Formats: sequence, structure tokens, C-alpha cells
Amino acid sequence: MSRVEKVFRKLQQKDGKALITYITAGDPTISVSREIILELIRVGADIIELGVPFSDPTADGPVIQAACQRALKGRVTLPDILSLVKDIRRISDIPIILFGYYNPFFVFGPEEICRKAKEAGADGFLVVDLPYEAADELKQYTDQMEMDLISLLAPTSNERRIKMISENARGFLYYISMTGVTGAHHLCGQPTLDTIERIKKVSTVPVAIGFGISAPEQARFAGTVADGVVVGSAIVRIIEENQHSRQLPRKVGEFVAQLRKAV
Amino acid sequence: MVSIMPNQQGYFGPYGGRYVAETLMAALLEVERCYLQYKGDREFVQEFNGYLKDFGGRETPLYYARRFTEKLGGAKIYLKREDLNHTGAHKINNTLGQVLLAQRMQKERIIAETGAGQHGVATATAAAIFGMSCHVFMGRTDIKRQAHNVFRMKLLGAEVMPVDSGTKTLKDAMNEAMRDWISTVRTTFYVIGSVAGPHPYPRMVRDFQSVIGHETKRQILAKEGRLPDVLVACVGGGSNAMGTFYPFKDDQGVKMVGVEAAGLGLATDKNAASICNGKPGVFHGSKSYLLQDENGQVSEAHSIAAGLDYPGVGPEHSYFHHIKRAEYVAVTDEEALAGFYMLCETEGIIPALESAHAVAHAMQIAPRMDREEIIVVTISGRGDKDLEIVAEYKRS
Repeated sequence: MSRVEKVFRKLQQKDGKALITYITAGDPTISVSREIILELIRVGADIIELGVPFSDPTADGPVIQAACQRALKGRVTLPDILSLVKDIRRISDIPIILFGYYNPFFVFGPEEICRKAKEAGADGFLVVDLPYEAADELKQYTDQMEMDLISLLAPTSNERRIKMISENARGFLYYISMTGVTGAHHLCGQPTLDTIERIKKVSTVPVAIGFGISAPEQARFAGTVADGVVVGSAIVRIIEENQHSRQLPRKVGEFVAQLRKAV
Repeated sequence: MVSIMPNQQGYFGPYGGRYVAETLMAALLEVERCYLQYKGDREFVQEFNGYLKDFGGRETPLYYARRFTEKLGGAKIYLKREDLNHTGAHKINNTLGQVLLAQRMQKERIIAETGAGQHGVATATAAAIFGMSCHVFMGRTDIKRQAHNVFRMKLLGAEVMPVDSGTKTLKDAMNEAMRDWISTVRTTFYVIGSVAGPHPYPRMVRDFQSVIGHETKRQILAKEGRLPDVLVACVGGGSNAMGTFYPFKDDQGVKMVGVEAAGLGLATDKNAASICNGKPGVFHGSKSYLLQDENGQVSEAHSIAAGLDYPGVGPEHSYFHHIKRAEYVAVTDEEALAGFYMLCETEGIIPALESAHAVAHAMQIAPRMDREEIIVVTISGRGDKDLEIVAEYKRS
């Protein structure tokens, strides 16, 4: 059983929900990212989505775009990020998903990146611009190495796609709560919950919800139906505001602790 | 014979495909389904051809450039005059097609990206015909260097959305257009301006632009009784080149040369020559040659021609390069300027700086060719938009 599956199983036994937190690796530096991740673990995050910065993040809003630029200014590369994963893995068993766009992985080599990521202790990938039809380029290797390639579903996915994608999902399904980029304002309402219910009926893996969830109250509401809640831009915004402060990890920790309580 | 491309998933050999967020997949599948339906629909095709003729002004002439030819002293040079289209460039061929399709699909709103502004103007024009709302994304740098086209778009009722991210040029405009589309996909049709982007755009834009090559073929046969030896066209994303080349792809005697922008030189990091200087990558929805660093981060492109200032290239060009059906070369800013002046002085035609790259390459190869041989150079657009840039360059 993968670490991701174990986390969800354990939570389900006590009727808990997974809190999945995103940060961009290397924002503002790799060593600060390390401190932030340790703080996220300490305050109770269940899964880490570790963003691999990309120069042209077309599905991200201004907050994560800026985070990518900060990380790239510091010349963060995939090998740096893999070292960070290795480092965390020595201390913690928390599942780590590498979250990014396909080109850096493609240029590194799909097989090579899967092998190196597995060695470092990463649990899987989420590749925003690698939809179901193209996923095999990476999935053939993640499957081989027993890693999870997380699939996405969106409000625009029709019943046929929901079924096709759910049936082949591994780890968990990531439901994008709105038609928009990350960090946009969105109030998660009853229709969203209804869609998640529909997805859960056909899905063999847990369903998490993300995009636009920025406050504890929203996270709690989303968690009433979903098995997990993803928070990204709201955390990255705190990183942006406190990037020069030594209090940065603590500030992130305080916010995520509130989310933890709510979910 | 080159086999039928792209395949069902939108691949031209190893290139192309559909690398986009799940949110856009349904929309791309819908565009593909409707495009395939209407491309075979008599009424649609008649309406499209009617607009090309009565509104766009087609067909465009194939003109024998006598003084240009004599000056170079080699092969006979013909110019395919896409600069004579309404709005001043080949872009209108594609935007009329896509906006007609958007109308059939009952979309209310059109978005587009633009570099030099020619595609933006052509999209705004097509949207105006049908009274559709139109937003054009344009990098702040390009807004400054193509102010003339910005004003034209506004006159045509479009809203120009300044883009301040990244290098503030075409690539960033396309990023922002994709972000908009992710948010508005249910009501909005994205009119992509080149043979780039996710499937079905490279194929659809190629088909709409193929009118250039089909006419060229008919016209050269009428004038010379035979096919040309070489076709030359500039390549940024590559829509005028693909439109010129595609109808000749099975005519093995016809050599095709795509001219990329070498900017300040291929050895510098200031160029836009994706095929000559890049490596395969995945960007803006498809797999193709890409200017990028060793970590897969996309590089900034540079060209004196805003319409070529793009780090990617259409996937079918990567495929033509891969199977060696076309040759890809690059000319510098300075060489392009020399081409620009030469065409002004010998033929009384002020070409777009993009097209001047093709002219410059013709100047290099024509003198080495036989007088009986024929080159067709596609003049993709007219140079009015570039006059300030040319004037400034002369001063500096």
C-alpha cells in the first residue's frame, strides 16, 4: 500500500479528512522550504504537494506565478528539489507529491525523473498539463515504480471523462473546484459538493478538492463531502508576505493549524 | 508521400498532442468535433470562401519581382502577396475561419493573443463583422512597439488587455489568454493565431491558411507551366509558412525553407530560432521544438520582428524538420533589415519585418541558383506597422 493510500485509510477509520498543503519548492529558498515543510508536518498536514517551479505556469493565478518566479530567481532545479525530498524523508513519513508542469520532467527524462524521485522518497506526481490522454508518457514509469500519478477532474469534465479518469486513478483524485486558475476567489457551494458525491460513486480512490480554498471555514465546508482538502495559494500568499521575515515558518504554521482544526 | 497528419490525438509524428489542464479538455474536444463537422459542410465552406473573397480581398497576387530578380542575378523570384489582404497580413485567413466556427458554436466572446498585433487586428476585425465581444491579450513591450496596431484594435471595438508578466511579449500574452480561457471556457472561443497550441489548433489553422499554398500552386502553373523549385517563408509560430508549404508537401521536387529569426545571432541568447537553436519540449499545449534552458525552463526569445519573437514553433514544422521535408534556417535582425530595404527599393513593396526574414534568405540563395529556377517568397504582411522600429534602428 502506498503512503498516500495509508494516510487516507487511517483518516477514514476515524472519519477524518486529509489536509493537503502546497508550497513551491525553493520559494523563497530551498532551506526555508525545508523549514516550512517541517512546520507543516508539525501542525498536522497529511500530504505535502511540493511545487516544481516552471517559467510559464498557465493554470496558475498571480500568487503561484510569483512564487515560481521567486524560486527560479534562486535558480532552483529538479535535483535541488529531489535533495529536499530526501532530506524530509529522513525525518518524516509524510507523503510527498511533486506538483508541476510537464516540460521540466520531460526534459529531465520521464523514466529518469521517476527513478530519481522514487530513490529520493517522493510518492508521486501531479502534472497539471498532462491530461488523461497524454498521461501514459509518465504513467508507464510511475506504475512500474509503484508511484501515484494523481489525476485531475474539473467542473467541465463530463460523465464520460469522470468515469474514464476515476477508473484509472491512483492515490487520490484531485477535483478542481471551479473553472479558473489557482487562487481565484470562489465560494464552494452545494453544486460542487453534489459533483464530488457523483465522483465518489464511480471512484475507487479518495477524492480531494482544491483551487480557491483559502479560509478555514471553506475548508471545513469542502471537507463535509470530500475526503481531502487542498490549500495552496492561501499558504503561498503568507510566504510572499513574510518572505524576508524569520517568523515565516511560524506564520505559515499558525494558519495551517487553523485549517487543521477546521477540517 | 507524407501520411495524413495529425493522428486522432493530434500528433504529427512525435510532435503535437494536447498538453493542457483538464479544465480545457472538454472545450478542445468540442472545438475539434465542431471543426471536423463544419470543415466538410458545404454551407460553411461557401460562407468562409465568400468572406475570404469579398471581405478579405482574395485571391492575392503572385507577382514576378523583376527588378529584385535582376539585382540578385540568379533564380526568378515570385512574391506571394499576402500583404495585400484586408488588415495587411495573412492572419485574416485564419481568424475569419475560426470566428465563423465560434459563431456556429454559439460562443458569445472571442479572445486572442497577439505579438506584432496583426493577429489581434485580424481577430478584432472578424469579431466586428459578427458583432462579437473581443479581448486581445498583448504584452506591454509589444503594446509599446506596435502602438499603431493597438489603436487599430481599439477602433475595431476590441479591448486590448496589457500583459505584464514575464518578458511582456507574445509568449506571456498566450499564457494570459490560456488563463482567461480556463476561467471562461463555457462562453468563450479562443482564436489562436498560429499553427501552435493544443490539438486541433495546429491542424485547423494550417487548413485555414492553406489557401495561400493552393493559390500559389494554381498561379505558378498558369504563369510558368511548372511548380517552383523553392518556397521560402518566415517562421515564428509558422502559420504563413505552413499555409504556403502544406499544399506542396507531396511535390517532392519543391524544396521548402522556413526562415526563423536569428535575432542578434544564433550564438547569442538573443534569438527566436526554435528549430535551429532549440530542443523538443512541451509548451502552450503541444510538444515541439522550444527555446529552453537545460532545466526545461522556457527562454526569452528576441527578434526585431514582434511576430517572430516567440520561443516555440508549430508542431508540424518540428515534424517537417524531423522527416527532413522542409529545411529550417535563420537570419539575423540586420539581415532582415537589409531584406526590408532591398524590397522597398527594388519593388516598391514595404514588407513586414517578419516577411523581410524570408526576403533576406531569398537574397542569400537566389544568386547561387540557375536563372531558369524559380523561388516563391511569401510576403506574409505589409510593413506599415514597423516603420517606427526601422526608423529607430537606422538612428542607433
